[in-house]
Formats: sequence, structure tokens, C-alpha cells
Amino acid sequence: MLKLERRPAPSPVMRIASPLFAAVAMLLTGIVIFTVLGKNPEQAFYVFFIKPLQTMYGVGELLLKATPLLLCALGLALGFRSNVWNIGAEGQLTMGAIAGGGVALWLGDSSAAWGLPLMLVAGALGGMAWAAVPAYLRNRFNTSEILVTLMLVYIAQLLLSYLVHGPWRDPQGFNFPQSKTFSDAHLIPILIEGTRTNWGFILGLLLALASWLFSSKTYAGYRMQVAGLAPAAAAYAGFSNKRNVWIALLISGASAGVAGLCEVAGPIGQLQAQISPGYGFAAIIVAWIGRLHPVGIVLGSLLMSLLYLGGESAQMQMALPSAITGLFQGLLLFYLLAADLFISFRLKNVSVARQSAAVAIIKEAA
Amino acid sequence: MNPASPILPIITSTVVAATPLIYAALGETVVEKAGVLNLGIEGMMLVGAVAGFAAALATGSATVGFAAAAAAGVAMSLIFAFLTLSMQANQVATGLALTLFGIGLSAFVGHSLAGTPIQGLQGVEIPLLSQLPLLGKLLFHYDIMVYLSLVLLLAVYWFLSKSHTGLKMRAVGESPTVAHAIGHPVILIRYLAVMFGGATAGVAGAYLSIVQTPMWVEGMTAGKGWIALALVVFGTWKPLRVVCGAYLFGGVTVLQLYAQGFGLGVPSELLSMLPYAATVVVLVIICRDPKTILLNQPVSLGRSFHPDA
Repeated sequence: MLKLERRPAPSPVMRIASPLFAAVAMLLTGIVIFTVLGKNPEQAFYVFFIKPLQTMYGVGELLLKATPLLLCALGLALGFRSNVWNIGAEGQLTMGAIAGGGVALWLGDSSAAWGLPLMLVAGALGGMAWAAVPAYLRNRFNTSEILVTLMLVYIAQLLLSYLVHGPWRDPQGFNFPQSKTFSDAHLIPILIEGTRTNWGFILGLLLALASWLFSSKTYAGYRMQVAGLAPAAAAYAGFSNKRNVWIALLISGASAGVAGLCEVAGPIGQLQAQISPGYGFAAIIVAWIGRLHPVGIVLGSLLMSLLYLGGESAQMQMALPSAITGLFQGLLLFYLLAADLFISFRLKNVSVARQSAAVAIIKEAA
Repeated sequence: MNPASPILPIITSTVVAATPLIYAALGETVVEKAGVLNLGIEGMMLVGAVAGFAAALATGSATVGFAAAAAAGVAMSLIFAFLTLSMQANQVATGLALTLFGIGLSAFVGHSLAGTPIQGLQGVEIPLLSQLPLLGKLLFHYDIMVYLSLVLLLAVYWFLSKSHTGLKMRAVGESPTVAHAIGHPVILIRYLAVMFGGATAGVAGAYLSIVQTPMWVEGMTAGKGWIALALVVFGTWKPLRVVCGAYLFGGVTVLQLYAQGFGLGVPSELLSMLPYAATVVVLVIICRDPKTILLNQPVSLGRSFHPDA
């Protein structure tokens, strides 16, 4: 009989292997789904996972879509490591886009060199301010940051919708809910010629490095890790939990805000009612699948980006709804959570005889 | 009362707006009383909405629609239960996964159904009572699901505070270790509670797609599953208060819709923020005093339980 048994110590091998298991299980389920839908699974696999990457432009798109995921997930992981559950990155991303985009609209056609850096700062501050609300409410009133960050997503999206339908709407825009397009000086420069990938991706990589340094080399990062792994020990050591909440939410808000700015000052080039297909939520999965570690998160954001590209490709080539991306995202996280069981537990073949032998030993010892 | 007065329609639409919140929040109250925090309500509601709509569209029967929605909700909740109860997965992460999965699954399945209208659910006609002037319209003209939501309130209230099984379930929620030691099947009880929450969330979703709208729109829950979660905290895990909270929120939603209709000069997007802002305000008011939460929140809420550990 197979039985679950707690490992003496969590398995480091399983920590790394579990995301790989999850990805493979997701692929296998995908094949089943495609077959059930009457599609040729081999062709579907090709369209979903290979075709998007066959051109340089496609690889560029992969990096482009990975950028907001990477930026958001790095910030979120910081919080998740210390039991701070910011699930409203989508709202902070939106506020970053509003703040940074607002600066771009204010600057208009000016081509001053400080325009783009100022937008970047405004984007970070916008996201940070939006995340400061749940941080303050949790520290001051003990309010669940899960619910508050999420409610603020809806409020931020409605605010953006109000702005592009009302005061910030382009008067020459044929009544479309969108702002004027930003001037070229206020768009993030392209990184690879012939693609849409911009310097935002490099920014993401730099942030990954910074996040690694913060967690492994600074005292503040250490305090946050202790708070996540052993809250009681952290309290006993006198580490302030309130400070952790502030750090986690402000940093994740800022990085989500930058992600939002990179979208509107990148591929979109203006403010629109809809600026993200749920990057802020998908980033939660990225953080998890990347084991809350910067290197893992870089890889996770590329995988998640491929799922978005694959969904689009499947929509165009196979007439499948692009919502299939969301389906795969959910499955991936489910499989990961299930596989994670084997980090701290293992399956053991326990025969009845051995069980009774064990009981005898315990009795003898007692 | 002046027949043109908006008071009567405001009250009746408040009741209709509150009903899905009542189903979802009462279910979650039971789940949390068993010590399980399921953040997947939004996802279960969406899958319930699309399943209920598809079944009602195919059979022409709202009853079949609601049954299908409940079944779909239970199926979704079983994924959550399996991962958190059998596989010891983190409840917060799994609940989020369930919501993300539900958003994707419902959009995928409902792709071809979007925009098709169906015959909604008619109000009941109670002989004599429905004909009463004013009171008839105010109390006896709703669809059957509104009355069933109140039956559900009574049932949940009775179950939690009067029944023997409810007592066992609360024991599991307060201290699974002790409940296990005196021989209660902790995991089984939690499974059943989570499945109940799944069924009610499914019905709540179907109420949106079969009665309120009535059609399937992608992402039509628009955060109602999360508001239901907030309502459980707001009601301090007491069914009657949870339902009062639901009516309060229904009122806020309807009032802002009426304000939009009257053209107060406030942009509709800003008015639409009200229910979400109200949720935050209400959470602050309730959580301000840590004692309120400590006294009422099930002690083991959100913690995994493994008999050997």
C-alpha cells in the first residue's frame, strides 16, 4: 500500500523538479484537450509552442510579453516570501500606466531627454502609491491585503476607463476611448532591431539581479525571509512585521507600476481602456512557478509569455478561442501546487507487516 | 406611496442584486467555519454561470440550469479540496489558482455562447399575496431563487448553531487536531464543507447568467466572488449578519446604478467604483478592532491539516 510520509527535510531536488513536472503535466492535459476538441494534437502543439518562436520577430514578442510578467512577478515574489499576499498587481500596473502615461501626455511633443526617466519614476510612484493603501490598511486596521489589493484592481481599471473616455480622450480620436499617442521621444527605445522588444526587458533582468541581491545579501531581505519561513521566530527576534508589509507592498507596487508604464510607453504607445490581458494576475503564477526565486521567475515569465503567444497563434491558425491561455495558466498552477506536495512528503510502500513491525518497535521504545 | 416613486423598484432590485452574494457568502461561511479558506469563489461562480447558462439554453429549463451550475461548482470545489485537503497545498495559492482557472475555463467554454439571450426566470405568483397592493410587489413577486436564498439562510443558521453535525464541523474549524483526536473525520468534514461552498457559488453564478442578465458575458461576476469573501468577514462568520451585509451591498450597487440613470453629473465609471470602495471601507470598519476578528474567526482558518504531522 502506498502511503504519504513526511520527509525528514524538504527535498531541494523536488523544489526544482516540481515546476518541470507541472509543465509536462500541463502539456499532456493540453494534448487531451486538443484531442477532445477534435484538433490534431501534433499540429496543435506545433501551432501553440513552436510556431510562435520560429522567427526573430516571434522571439522578440516572447521577450516583449515576458517583460510585464517578469516585472510584476519579481515584486510579488518578495511579498509571497514573507507572507504578504499582494494579488492586485494588475491594479498597480494600471495605476503605473496612468501616472506615467499622464506625464507623457503632459509633456506632449517636448523632446527633453529627462521625459522618459520622469515617466518611469511616475509609473513606479503610481504603482507604489496604489500598493501603499493596502499596506497602510493592513498595518493600521489589520485589514486583509488580499481583498483590498483586489478591490483596488477594479477601482484602478474604472479610473483608467474614466480618463480615456473623458478628460484624457484624444479630441481627434474619432471618439475611441484612447488618449493621444505619445511622442516618439516618450517611447521606450527598441532593443532588438526588427522586433518590438524594448529596453523594458533589460530593466526586468536588472530588477531580477537587484531582487536577488536584496534577498540574499541585505539584512532587510533576510528579515523578510525569516518572517515567511518562521513567523514566530521573526517575532521573537524582534523583526517588525509592519515594516515587512510596507517593504513588500511598496516594492511590488513600484515594479508593477513600471510594468504598466512599459506597456503604454512600449507596444501600446498611448493610454487605452484596456492595457493588459491580465499580466498582473498571470504574474502570480509566474512567481510561484519560478519558486519565488529571481532566476526561476525569469524562466517562468518566458514560459507564461509563450502561453500568451501560443493562445494567439491557436486563435489565428486553428480557430480556438484565445481564452485557452487562461485555461493553461490555471492548469499549470494546479499541477505545480499538487507536485509541491512531494517537496515535504514522499510516497512510501508500506506493507501491513512492516507497519506492525514499526508499531512493535515504537511500543518497545515506549 | 406615489406609484412613480423609485423607492419600490430600488428595493426590489436591491433584493435581486443581493441574492447571488447571499448564496456565495453563505456557502463560504460554512467552508470557513470548517477552517478552510477558499479564495476561488470568483472562479467557481464564473464556471457555475456558464454551466448553468448552457444547460438552461439547451433544455429551456432554469431548474436544470441551476442544477448544472451547482454540479459545476462542486466539481470545481473538488479540485480545490483535493489539492488543499489531500495534497496539503497552500489554501491561499490554491484558491487563487481556482479563480484564475475558472476565469480561463469559463471564457473558453462560453466562447460560443456569449451574447445569446435566454428566457430568464419569472417571478412567482402566489395567489392572494402577490395581488396585495404594495406588499404584493414588495415581498411576493420575486423569482423562486430569492425565496430559496432565505431558506438557505435558515438552513445554514440551524446547521451551524443548532445541529450536532454543525457542532462537529465547527470543532474541526477551531481545532482540527483535537477534533481528529476525538475521532471526527476532519478531512471528510472539510471535503463536504468545501463541496457545499462550491454548490452555492455555482448557483450564485447561475443567478447572474439565468436571472439577472440573463445571458452569458465573459467575466460577468466582476468581482462579486471577492465581495462575497469580504462579506463573510463583514458578517463576522454569522449567517444572519452575512445576509444583512449582502443586502447592504445590493443596495449600494443599485443606488449607484440609479444615480447613473438620474444623471447626477458624476461620470458612470466613478459611480461604478462605489461597491468596491464600499468593500474596502467595510473591511476597515470590521477589522479595526482586532478582538472582533480574534473572537469570531475560526482558529484554524487557512491552515493545512495532516493527521501524521
